[in-house]
Amino acid sequence: MDNSIIKKKILSVVPDAIIEETQFITATIPSDKLREVALCLKNDKELQFDYLQDLIGMDWGETLGVIYNLFSTSNNQQQVVLKTSTTNKENPELHTVSDIWNSATLYEREVYDFFGIKFINHPGLRRLFLRADWNGYPLRKDYDTDAKKNPIPKRNQTIEDMETTETLTLTNEGVVGGSFQLFDDKEYIVNMGPQHPATHGVLHLRVSLEGETVKKIDPNFGYIHRGIEKMCEGYTYPQILHLTDRLDYLSGTINRHAVCLCVEKAIGLEVPERAHYIRTILDELTRIASHLLGWGCMCMDMGSITAFVYGMRDREKIMDIFEESGGGRLMCNYSVIGGVSHDIHPNFIQRIRDFIPYMRKMLKEYHILFTENPIARGRMNDIGYLTTEQAISYGVTGPSGRASGWMNDVRKLAPYAAYDKIKFEPMMRTEGGTFERYIVRLDEVEESLKMLEQLIDKMPEGEYCAKTKAIIKIPEGEYFQRVENARGDFGVYISSKGDKNPYRVKFRSPCMTLVSALSPITCGEKIADLVMIGASLDYVIPCIDR
Amino acid sequence: MEERSIGMEIKNIHIPNMKNEDFNDNEYLEKYVEELRKNGTNIVVGKLSDFINWGRSNSVWPLTFATSCCGIEFMCVGAARADFARFGWEVTRNSPRQADVVFVAGTIVHKMAPVLKRLYDQMAEPKYVIAMGGCAISGGPFKDSYHVVKGVDEIIPVDVYIPGCPPRPDAVLYGMMQLQRKIKLEDYFKLPQKPVIK
Amino acid sequence: MFDFKVVTDWIDTLLRVQLGLPNFWTLAIEFILVGVAFLAAYAVLALILIYVERKICAFFQCRIGPNRVGKWGILQSIADMIKILLKEIISIDRSDKVLFVLAPFFVIMGSILTFAALPFGKGLHAIDFNIGVFYLIAVSSLGIIGILLAGWSSNNKYTLIGAMRSGAQLVSYELSAALALMTVVVFAGTMQLSQIVEKQAEVWNIFNGIAAIPAFIAFVIYLIAGHAETNRGPFDLPEAESELTAGYHTEYSGITFGFYYLAEYMNMFIVAAIATTVFLGGWQPLHISGWEGFNQVMDYIPSVVWFFGKTAVCIFFALWVRWTFPRLRIDQLLKFEWKILMPISLINLLLMALVVTLL
Repeated sequence: MDNSIIKKKILSVVPDAIIEETQFITATIPSDKLREVALCLKNDKELQFDYLQDLIGMDWGETLGVIYNLFSTSNNQQQVVLKTSTTNKENPELHTVSDIWNSATLYEREVYDFFGIKFINHPGLRRLFLRADWNGYPLRKDYDTDAKKNPIPKRNQTIEDMETTETLTLTNEGVVGGSFQLFDDKEYIVNMGPQHPATHGVLHLRVSLEGETVKKIDPNFGYIHRGIEKMCEGYTYPQILHLTDRLDYLSGTINRHAVCLCVEKAIGLEVPERAHYIRTILDELTRIASHLLGWGCMCMDMGSITAFVYGMRDREKIMDIFEESGGGRLMCNYSVIGGVSHDIHPNFIQRIRDFIPYMRKMLKEYHILFTENPIARGRMNDIGYLTTEQAISYGVTGPSGRASGWMNDVRKLAPYAAYDKIKFEPMMRTEGGTFERYIVRLDEVEESLKMLEQLIDKMPEGEYCAKTKAIIKIPEGEYFQRVENARGDFGVYISSKGDKNPYRVKFRSPCMTLVSALSPITCGEKIADLVMIGASLDYVIPCIDR
Repeated sequence: MEERSIGMEIKNIHIPNMKNEDFNDNEYLEKYVEELRKNGTNIVVGKLSDFINWGRSNSVWPLTFATSCCGIEFMCVGAARADFARFGWEVTRNSPRQADVVFVAGTIVHKMAPVLKRLYDQMAEPKYVIAMGGCAISGGPFKDSYHVVKGVDEIIPVDVYIPGCPPRPDAVLYGMMQLQRKIKLEDYFKLPQKPVIK
Repeated sequence: MFDFKVVTDWIDTLLRVQLGLPNFWTLAIEFILVGVAFLAAYAVLALILIYVERKICAFFQCRIGPNRVGKWGILQSIADMIKILLKEIISIDRSDKVLFVLAPFFVIMGSILTFAALPFGKGLHAIDFNIGVFYLIAVSSLGIIGILLAGWSSNNKYTLIGAMRSGAQLVSYELSAALALMTVVVFAGTMQLSQIVEKQAEVWNIFNGIAAIPAFIAFVIYLIAGHAETNRGPFDLPEAESELTAGYHTEYSGITFGFYYLAEYMNMFIVAAIATTVFLGGWQPLHISGWEGFNQVMDYIPSVVWFFGKTAVCIFFALWVRWTFPRLRIDQLLKFEWKILMPISLINLLLMALVVTLL
């Protein structure tokens, strides 16, 4: 579809929108008209921007605002960026889009947490990562970083803080503030987490139970919120790379790749072909390692510890490959801006050649041990269905989204590195149940092995890293980059003012949307299923909390 | 004379398959012994205490506690290749009441700090803490952040620090053996006072 | 075959005749001796089992398992025992103190009472009730009271859910286990354990001609139901780690937790031992009719070795299942019992009755 059609439609709704045209359309819209544009983009038969990939809070100095990064799943991944802002810094208020795109519910809470922007008609506005008693909004430019203002708390957050949530409702008399309790006094609420063996990190789920049945889930985040985005603003671009590894540590290499790609695109750097291949191989190895761990953890959550140990055992082989070439096991630290930090180890290719048949054999074993196991199938079948529409609306990407029949593989849709030079199929299922999410992961491991075979055969000789300046400065502007990490659509947004530090960095975490989808698909199932559905979505908490 | 005897005491600690000289931080343990002596804690331990310490040091059950990346390496220590079951450490308990050691694997942030403190308080004596990885030791790569605790020793007393980001499984095993040595040094009947953290 | 009656009779005559003690004192001393022997055996067996489980689990998972204390890590469970004995026992604020303390004793009592009634070898049998099987079923369910008390008194939501699950599970599976044992009682015509074993001298129940069919079905049912009663995977729902942290014993520390830990392993042993006694001929050696030479060789192996050997096989089987299968969900678990195991057990009982009348 042509950009001009989108432009025309936006202008027909809001005539005073400011529209910039690059590869995609960027429209700046007055805050009171935003909902109309959003509804038009979502509901228009021709446009159908049904996937809100990211919602980025911004402090532009004089104004506070939000950037909406929209994609259309039907129209060949057309992208539109909407911007809106408010000059009221004391009490900034914008309109919510959480009823248009479900994924916005958590995103808007995040923006509220970081910038203090309140969203009118949001279903429950409270802090997402920080405690309710936190002073200030950390991502604002005028935030006071004095540690004395926010000392290390001595007591846990009170239940009232966790349960009471504010709302802003638009009525005839204007915007009215209010608050409500999330849970009834009579409800039987179980705290799962932050320290719990099955929450895959420090997720805190407050679960309302009726007997064994889950009635309501309220996820709480922030127990590993390290403020990476704020830190990035003070770091140079090569320094940022080290933080991205630690976002989603299981696909650290891929996240790092994303930032490298984004910076390279911004400074117009040509990366040697060999570096592209090496990075792609590492990405796929990381994906296999991550899926093995995800598989193992899911099995462990179902009580099969042996399967977990098998997954970890085979993962060690990949760790060996990483260690030999990159120097690190989990944190490979291998990609740098311009390529990779040093050439591959002479054993690299041979090790992968040995690994591929070994892994195929082991995959068969996994299927015999677990996939075919009647108890495992009994547990996984017929629960936790996520429809395609839900998946898109909640922004559930990656293997979990593909299991629901949504083709969202960024490697295929917007190929980067060496993905356009090899043949592969995105693994798809249509049913969207727990078993499909499980099996898509194992299928992906198999597909990744095929990709590795092609990659090591085609690997060109030559330079492994392009020359970069000692200090990398990105020209003024905004840059988006998406990659497919092991959990889905990982996005990087860099806004630069031309300095060696970025003005704002935002990482689009695929895991946050995964957790937001947990609640609609689990209510009504048993508590044991909650654990397993969570494992089948395979989220990593530090990626959410950043 | 004093110096020598301390050295001797540390030499007497036997860790299977590891020579005393192979450990790096012997001076630290010597200092620890000296410190305990100064505080009036008896170090010349009797046979019964030796026997008890043998049991305690070989059956240290960790709490399953991990906040981030280090947790994955902690899982690797438990998995097939590194296998901390060899040391009798594999009975990871999910309930803090039944655990002996907490591996603080990963960054501790402001919101998590009281939770960790509570977990530590819920554990039964004698209990130990291992700070695993740069974040738990000092805040690591996130020390500039507004929401990160710069080292868990600001919240709970730490016995062993394992550096690395994240530490390799071998490093974790080494740290575990260091904790075993520390346990063997103590007199069970007069366990040293844990430093109180305000 | 060596008969342990020789030993017990010798002690009895020693006390009565040579020391000339009155009946009361003889009995008192004998009771104490038996009690001490059982407690010691109980603890030692549990320690061995813990070690064996850890080692076997390690082998299933391509690991090595404990190997630092003693040869092959054989002293591992002793180290654990020392540690756990010396751990602090935390008293929980706002818990029901009396019940909280009482609960682990119920659990351990239930399993010791069952343990004490088992025939370990020829003549090695502390008490031989004429309602032996009935007694076993009765006292082995005492443990559930302890679990329910623990869950309730801890004042913790996880323990409560764990205990409720445990209650539902044990009450259900008790039925199948009992019906499976009844099948053999119908066949043997007695509830006395010594007689059930005695009747299997020539051929074990699960090989016994036409009766082998219902007996074998009952054996499989008993293994499943017994396994479920011990709360071990794939039936370990009451302490499902991934959902309920540590289930009903979340709040217990030190030796009170140690009691649950011991009882869990000993219950596994007891289920295996009952299966051995009732279905696999107890301490009777393997005899094949017609093979006189073979039978004589088998007779040379002491009865205790036979008993523990067969029990070990059953335990290994339990561990194999435990470390292979994932956990069931509570509704699947109950469905499995009430819709599959129970009807089969009932029909099986009928089948056995038919076999007995036809024979």
